[in-house]
Amino acid sequence: MSAPVLSVRNLTKRFGGFVALQNVDVHVNAGERFGLIGPNGSGKTTLINCISGALFNDEGTITFEGRDITRMPAHQRARLGVARSFQIPKPFRSMSVLENLRVPLEYAAWSRAEHRRITDEAMNVLEQIGLKERAHENSAGLTQVDMRKLELARALAAKPRLLVSDEAMAGLSSSEVDEILEILLALNRRGVAVIMIEHIMRAVMRFSERIVVLDAGQKIAEGVPAEIVRNPHVERAYLGE
Amino acid sequence: MKLRINAFWLCAIAIVAGGLVLTEVLHNDYYFNALYVILQGTLMAVAWNILGGFTGYVNFGSAGFFAVGAYTSIFLDKYFGHTLPLPVLIAAAAAVCALIGLGVGYLSLRLKGVYFSIATLAMAIVFATLISNWRYMGGARGAYILTPDTFLWFHSYIQMLFMVILLLTLGAVAISRSLNSSRLGRGLAAIRDDEVAAECAGVPTLRLKLISTTLMGALMGVAGAPYPFFVTFVDPASAFSLFVAVNAIAMPMIGGTSHWIGPVIGALLLGSMQQVITVTVSSELNVLLVGVMLVGFVTLAPQGIVGLVQKYWRKRAQ
Repeated sequence: MSAPVLSVRNLTKRFGGFVALQNVDVHVNAGERFGLIGPNGSGKTTLINCISGALFNDEGTITFEGRDITRMPAHQRARLGVARSFQIPKPFRSMSVLENLRVPLEYAAWSRAEHRRITDEAMNVLEQIGLKERAHENSAGLTQVDMRKLELARALAAKPRLLVSDEAMAGLSSSEVDEILEILLALNRRGVAVIMIEHIMRAVMRFSERIVVLDAGQKIAEGVPAEIVRNPHVERAYLGE
Repeated sequence: MKLRINAFWLCAIAIVAGGLVLTEVLHNDYYFNALYVILQGTLMAVAWNILGGFTGYVNFGSAGFFAVGAYTSIFLDKYFGHTLPLPVLIAAAAAVCALIGLGVGYLSLRLKGVYFSIATLAMAIVFATLISNWRYMGGARGAYILTPDTFLWFHSYIQMLFMVILLLTLGAVAISRSLNSSRLGRGLAAIRDDEVAAECAGVPTLRLKLISTTLMGALMGVAGAPYPFFVTFVDPASAFSLFVAVNAIAMPMIGGTSHWIGPVIGALLLGSMQQVITVTVSSELNVLLVGVMLVGFVTLAPQGIVGLVQKYWRKRAQ
């Protein structure tokens, strides 16, 4: 097994008296397709907020490629190679689709980008994602599915080694789900580890090599998709007694 | 791209040359007074827009920076017995206001949106109170400044002051323009559009906000520094006037905040209309004009004149 690209150890996050995550241990291997599931309010988004640096955890450590990033601000994590997409798309609304991609290329990936070819690099990413013909449109006017693609494109433009995809498919039609899934699979083939957070089981089960299940802030199961679906704890968490 | 750079600098040189010609042709000092006011407004609008337009942090405290710039001049002029040359006073005012801008930048760590705006307004009031109670600076009664009797090769002091503010304004426009299309400018725009997403795209949001507030402060201070020599009498009520702050907001809003040319257009338009109305109708009416135009633009054309033009071009392109 390859070395973990991300290790989360004993992570605890509280909001006031509410414990959102308790002693969570998660690791993701380099190039792995990793699924993170759990009922609403189980702490999935809190966990990835801690991983991406949008929130700081109260206890525990996070290491990325052997470096402790527990107290590192989000923009530095992005520079190291942690990228994320947002559940509710957050495009840079005043910019065109192409300019949206210039931002991560010029900041997160600045040390790895060819400074004179930023536009070409952005166009390459748009081509992979299938947004090339929208490059010069204003990002605020995109359709839902294109907005999700832009989220992924922007994450991809940061040249990540770990991509966290937060419900990139919620609310999309079945064929659109397949489209996004194809994009994530293609990305992974290029060696990027992907954490997929999703409620659409068909997608997570098809995509993930390994799945962790959260419930009420705790890890209740971990394993390959086939094991997870048969796990009685998971069944209980989702369906009740 | 190269052509556009040349075009911009050619324009700038033409404007400076035009200004020099004016000082030879026009002998009525009123024109230079009016132009000075318009250019001062432009400089402040451009400064405000770096933080308010590019970065999305609305500053209501422009008058505070402007007045601190003016009082820095007054203090140094008095302390060194009217010996310091104007460029030194301007540089000092820029430095002092840059520091205050840096402080305001740290406010943005905890305050966003309307709360940030209120904090900047409060900051201006704090400075106004300080100055009002500082006797050395003239306190609430105000301070008189002697206009120096040397003015290089110009025919009057106001002519020289006009050229000074013209150069300063052009400098500010050049800074704002290069910022607008740069990597730094894109980082600022990302902050304006979505700060969390910007941070996750690798943008060091705090550092960029500090750069933005510091630069804004410095340019506001630059606008304020020559002001005492222009009016020869400064008191807290006029220097910290809310009207100064409102103008600095209204001009970019009317012109359009997302492009560097927006505040320039807005300031030139609003500033000249104010001058014309002050002379031909009444000085009170120009206050009303700002209000009416601001309300009109915010409701009918929130992207300002630049936005209207861009819309028109897009329609024509289709």
